[in-house]
Amino acid sequence: MWITRFLTSSIGQKWVMSLTGLFLITFLIVHLLGNLAIFAGDNGQAFNVYADFMVHNPLIKAVSFGLYAFILIHAIQGILIAIQNRKAGGKAYAKKDTQGSWASKNMALLGILVLAFLFIHMGDFWFKAKFGGDNAIAAVNYGNGDIKDLYSQVAISFSKLWIVIAYLIGLLALAFHLLHGFQSAFQTLGLNHSKYNPIIRGIGIAYGILVPLGFAALPVYVYFQQTT
Amino acid sequence: MNLTLKIWRQKGPSAAGSFEEHKVHAEEDMSFLEMLDVLNEQLVHEKKEPVAFEHDCREGICGTCNMVINGHPHGPQRGTTTCQLHMRHYNDGDTIVIEPFRASSFPVIKDLVIDRSAFDNIIQAGGYISVNTGQAPDGNAIPVEKQDASQAFDAATCIGCGACVAACPNGSAMLFTSAKVSHLALLPQGEVENGKRVYDMVNQMDKEGFGRCSNITACEAECPKEISVDNIARMNRLYVKSVFAGTQGNEKN
Repeated sequence: MWITRFLTSSIGQKWVMSLTGLFLITFLIVHLLGNLAIFAGDNGQAFNVYADFMVHNPLIKAVSFGLYAFILIHAIQGILIAIQNRKAGGKAYAKKDTQGSWASKNMALLGILVLAFLFIHMGDFWFKAKFGGDNAIAAVNYGNGDIKDLYSQVAISFSKLWIVIAYLIGLLALAFHLLHGFQSAFQTLGLNHSKYNPIIRGIGIAYGILVPLGFAALPVYVYFQQTT
Repeated sequence: MNLTLKIWRQKGPSAAGSFEEHKVHAEEDMSFLEMLDVLNEQLVHEKKEPVAFEHDCREGICGTCNMVINGHPHGPQRGTTTCQLHMRHYNDGDTIVIEPFRASSFPVIKDLVIDRSAFDNIIQAGGYISVNTGQAPDGNAIPVEKQDASQAFDAATCIGCGACVAACPNGSAMLFTSAKVSHLALLPQGEVENGKRVYDMVNQMDKEGFGRCSNITACEAECPKEISVDNIARMNRLYVKSVFAGTQGNEKN
């Protein structure tokens, strides 16, 4: 069929990477904005209420299934492309000075690091909240019935130094992945024009630095809040 | 100047191949290929097999003098081919590593000579326009906007050497194919067959086993004709348009 032929062509495969990547980029900013509730300094009330709203909102629920699917598609397709490219590259050079940014040449490695980080991250919160049973996460009542005290889980996780460090490494990998991935997605879609390229590149660099920095601030903040 | 060359020797396509070291004396006004000529004279004198390397025009337009010099296809100078590289860029006592272009779609035939038939197959798949032979048409009969003409010409400067593939860690031929798609796509004579052309050429490119583009842009940096990756974006657009608008040719709908 024409659509399967398209999706398995070199450009089709790259389009899949690009479109799923752009969706994940959009998800990141939503995820970050919500999590900023942790900075409210109210012992997690704003964060818990926000998390409860997200879990019970049917629209968010529907989108979340798309998110899981897109993460899997992006990861699997990415690994397949990397294997294929390694084969196509042929015998290694004895001496090679490959031009291009470091991130662009290491997208697969960075992606695998981000994926590994994602396993730690989801195992810590998402898995415990969803499949951990009723007692995995304590309940809390702010006057509207019992809701899960997800913030207590955040506090427990981010009191461990190794988890905080694992997060920082994962987010550093994410930053480099985004620095190339953002503008690369537009180039793959063919959205390239000498007039707009600098804008796309500029937004990509700002995004790739600010978003991971925003995420990194959370575990660091929670860690130091508890140790001091 | 006296140089040490670490040069790739390979007897045939299936032979293993390895580096061989040779001392050579070169003058700074020699071109890189002339320096290799000196080496080969020397080897013939010593009754050894000369190094096989491809060369033809020696003025940067034929695209055959392909080799990777110290990690750069066509050497360290930007926007030139190996034959346009001169020994004045090197110093007495330098060691120069010379390897063939490497990609699984470009098998080594011998020493530094590679088989670039894959590129010919891509061109045969659609890198042409269908016109009847006859008298040359009037050059001004079909008006072309200056901007389109310039962009088409920039793409048309591609000499098909394959440095883009050699430079790409993924062994991707997107820059070559996109240049060949673009220089016809931008002109009215080529525009009519755009959908079919891009579809067939990209599919042939995939069939030849070239890698997927990661937008590293090493190809653009190493291209002796400085072909822009803008062409890749254009090819992506045209390919997707041909698929979704169904202009890739009747038999493939």
